[in-house]
Amino acid sequence: MSEMSAEDFVALIEKSKEDRDWRPVFDTIPYFSYLGLRLEPTDDRLVCVLPADGKFIGNPTLPALHGGVVGAFLESTALVHLLATQEVTRLPKIINITVEYLRSAKPIETYAEAVITKPGRRVANMRIEAWQKDRNKPVAAAHANFLVS
Amino acid sequence: MSTEFDINQIQNIIDHGIPHCAEIGVKVHDMDADGVIFSLPYQERFAGNPVNGVLHGGIITTLIDTAAGMCIYAKIKQYVPIATLDLRIDYLKPATPGEDVFTRATCYKVTKQIAFVRAIAYHGDPEDPIANSVGTFMLKSTGSPPLNEVSGKKGGAQ
Repeated sequence: MSEMSAEDFVALIEKSKEDRDWRPVFDTIPYFSYLGLRLEPTDDRLVCVLPADGKFIGNPTLPALHGGVVGAFLESTALVHLLATQEVTRLPKIINITVEYLRSAKPIETYAEAVITKPGRRVANMRIEAWQKDRNKPVAAAHANFLVS
Repeated sequence: MSTEFDINQIQNIIDHGIPHCAEIGVKVHDMDADGVIFSLPYQERFAGNPVNGVLHGGIITTLIDTAAGMCIYAKIKQYVPIATLDLRIDYLKPATPGEDVFTRATCYKVTKQIAFVRAIAYHGDPEDPIANSVGTFMLKSTGSPPLNEVSGKKGGAQ
């Protein structure tokens, strides 16, 4: 892995925030690159996109995405939301997450959006939802707490 | 122990029946009626922190979700379709970069329709876990064929 200092990483986050282009940050986080994560370009919302990829399938007969990938995507979306909306001096750390699986997620493009339910000084409480074709039919939702300072 | 529920059979299901688990390299270490122990070798591509190489929580979620589901089969000795209802994970400490992650999952209660599971993730010492987890699963969630039939056609235990 190309070693990167914490200062460089925070600077990269600040620059992405200014440029409204998160690709450099996503490219730097190995697991985000593995997921092929990207941000949907919208004006005032931060919608993360998980591309369709056969390697994410957990059940080939349905077929359905692996629940772990869906959980990972929700967690990643929450982190992106924090990076993009909060003052960060270091990478927020996840404390816990509860993932609720609402519908079987098909192996197609999946979207997710996070909201901060309580932006504490030390802990941010988040709610995240993922959907596929229909925003009103979420495939999964999660609650998560992140340590932000 | 029934030969149908041995380590090779479960590994075969993972390698041929669960594409994502085969792709990331989930290995079965141990199993008995109480549960399963799975592992995942450290891989840089799963790091969530580019500064120190610490694994992303999501990959630990995936390992725990997989083991939590599989330990139900060890308990009920039947490959019925299952679906995760919910899964809570507490991240107790960061995973150490470079070290393999193990997870032990136990199904501590099963009813006609629901299975209750707990799991931990750790490196060398289960007494010093990286993550603690509880989850619930729905049994007979779909009409699709059971996993051992899906994966059983391709190569036997090895």
